[in-house]
Amino acid sequence: MSTRAPAVEARNLIKTYPGDVTALNGMAVTVETGKVFGLLGPNGAGKSTTVKILTTLARPDSGAATVAGHDVLRHPDRVRRAIGVVAQKSGADPVATGRENLQLQGRLYGLTGAALGRRVDELLERFDLGHAAKRVVKGYSGGMQRRLDVALGLVHRPEVLFLDEPTTGLDPEARAAMWDEISRLAGDEGLTIVLTTHYLEEADRLCERIAIVDRGRVVVEGTPNELKGELRGDAVHVELRETVTERSLLRDALTGLPGVHDVLLDGRRVSARADDGAAAVPVLLAALERAGARVAAATVARPSLDDVYLRYAGRRYSEAEAAAEAPALATAGDSR
Amino acid sequence: MSTHSATPAPLRSNALAQTWYMTQRQLMAIFRQPAYLLITLVQPVIWLFLFGNLFKKVVELGGFGTTSYLDYLVPGIVVMSALGSSMWAGMGTLEEIERGTLNRFLTTPVSRGALMNANVVQNGISIAVQTVIILLLGKLGGAHYPGGFGGLVVLAVAAILLGTVFGAFSNALGMLVRQRESIIGINTFLLLPLTFLSSAFMAPSQMPSWMRHIADFNPLNWAMVAGRSAMSADPDWGIVLGRGGALLVLAIVAVWLSTRTFRSYQKSV
Repeated sequence: MSTRAPAVEARNLIKTYPGDVTALNGMAVTVETGKVFGLLGPNGAGKSTTVKILTTLARPDSGAATVAGHDVLRHPDRVRRAIGVVAQKSGADPVATGRENLQLQGRLYGLTGAALGRRVDELLERFDLGHAAKRVVKGYSGGMQRRLDVALGLVHRPEVLFLDEPTTGLDPEARAAMWDEISRLAGDEGLTIVLTTHYLEEADRLCERIAIVDRGRVVVEGTPNELKGELRGDAVHVELRETVTERSLLRDALTGLPGVHDVLLDGRRVSARADDGAAAVPVLLAALERAGARVAAATVARPSLDDVYLRYAGRRYSEAEAAAEAPALATAGDSR
Repeated sequence: MSTHSATPAPLRSNALAQTWYMTQRQLMAIFRQPAYLLITLVQPVIWLFLFGNLFKKVVELGGFGTTSYLDYLVPGIVVMSALGSSMWAGMGTLEEIERGTLNRFLTTPVSRGALMNANVVQNGISIAVQTVIILLLGKLGGAHYPGGFGGLVVLAVAAILLGTVFGAFSNALGMLVRQRESIIGINTFLLLPLTFLSSAFMAPSQMPSWMRHIADFNPLNWAMVAGRSAMSADPDWGIVLGRGGALLVLAIVAVWLSTRTFRSYQKSV
């Protein structure tokens, strides 16, 4: 247990947008000070809404939250002094230079004179923007703009840094660079990072703890290893040649197989967990053949966060992403 | 509760300083758009010298209070230009919302008032500069300003008040409808009637009476009448204060309205 108060504590957050869109439905998170905490989930799961509430932009319909010990509803100004925010959209002023953007941001937190100049120089150098400091941000590459966004969030040395999908829209090279940057930030004394992402790999790589968010609430939380470890053994996926109409027959055939558990039937796909994946494959294949199902492919994999997601949200991550696309299109231009 | 404060005891910058920082940012943005600057300068030149020459003889009809049409035209162009540069303020606000800049500021401790006031101050400074340029251009073209410096200041203040009214309305509209098309539509709908149902180009005594009556309710005309009277050799201070006061009241209402819309925007985030 940490001796310090949690950096973020949110309880039972409910938020509904006009048109009866439930964004948050009992969202609750606790983030320990000094940790990198990830909110992982598909688009529309409620990650951004959670961040908006924790960063004092939006108010929940009900529920309570504290950030750095301050109540977001009662003392939003104290929260604002303690947090740095890197939103999904850049937010940097495109017709101002990198340096001007940082200077203005610093002034808003009360930095002035030589202290401001030093801090801005420090950040420009740290984020490798020194050579572009005098250029207007409009001409920056995607990666440079993102680095400036992070620098803007750090000007006042916040206690808690929020990164809302920091690598969405970056090319692979810039993404890798941003990952390195976030890892370095995580080493900073006392800095707590709350990161949202819809990349499983990103959460796995950067976060010390992960909360998987689905339909406005946390479905499971733990360290990446705990989450993967809870899934006993390997993941076995079998692809069938055609959809089986007699699903009950198939289900019967697949229950009670030795060394195979958590069997999930999903269209033409059969997913299961096995203590020893390699040994389970022949057992599974034999059972499927007895049930009259023809097999197209079988794979064995070490547990991934995708499997964790499948287990707790009851659907495959990519499917949840696809399902989120439809309503997202309906409310296009209306970011939430 | 928090065990450490990372910021080394910052000087609390107050709302006034913050208003200035935000104003500076906006002025800088205008300066970096040379095309925009050029257009805002070319437009009054066209109005002054094209219209000034085209309708030169119109003063012979009488009622203009001067024998030079350019003298009559200058205050009208100053006020029109103030309207023209203010009514698009909402487009900038909309862009700031879409780009996420407004939200970035809202997560900092910046005073909410400073964010709104910077729009008003920036608009006021821009109109003041614009007014000086048009007055100088007019002077170059041979216009006379018999009311002296005081008259010119009254014209500038009237133009700034009018700009504040339309700038604030435009901002409110931008935050409310969140659509460029709506701002463009309303502006193009308003611009010509507001301009031609005023004394910008024609002496009131030469206007059809129904037009003159409508013009009495046109804030654009209030600014022109107040400015023109103050700039004349024999100002009617009753008219100047009456129209100027009405503009001031309208400006206060418009700013109040845009502040209300800003609050409702914050709730909709």
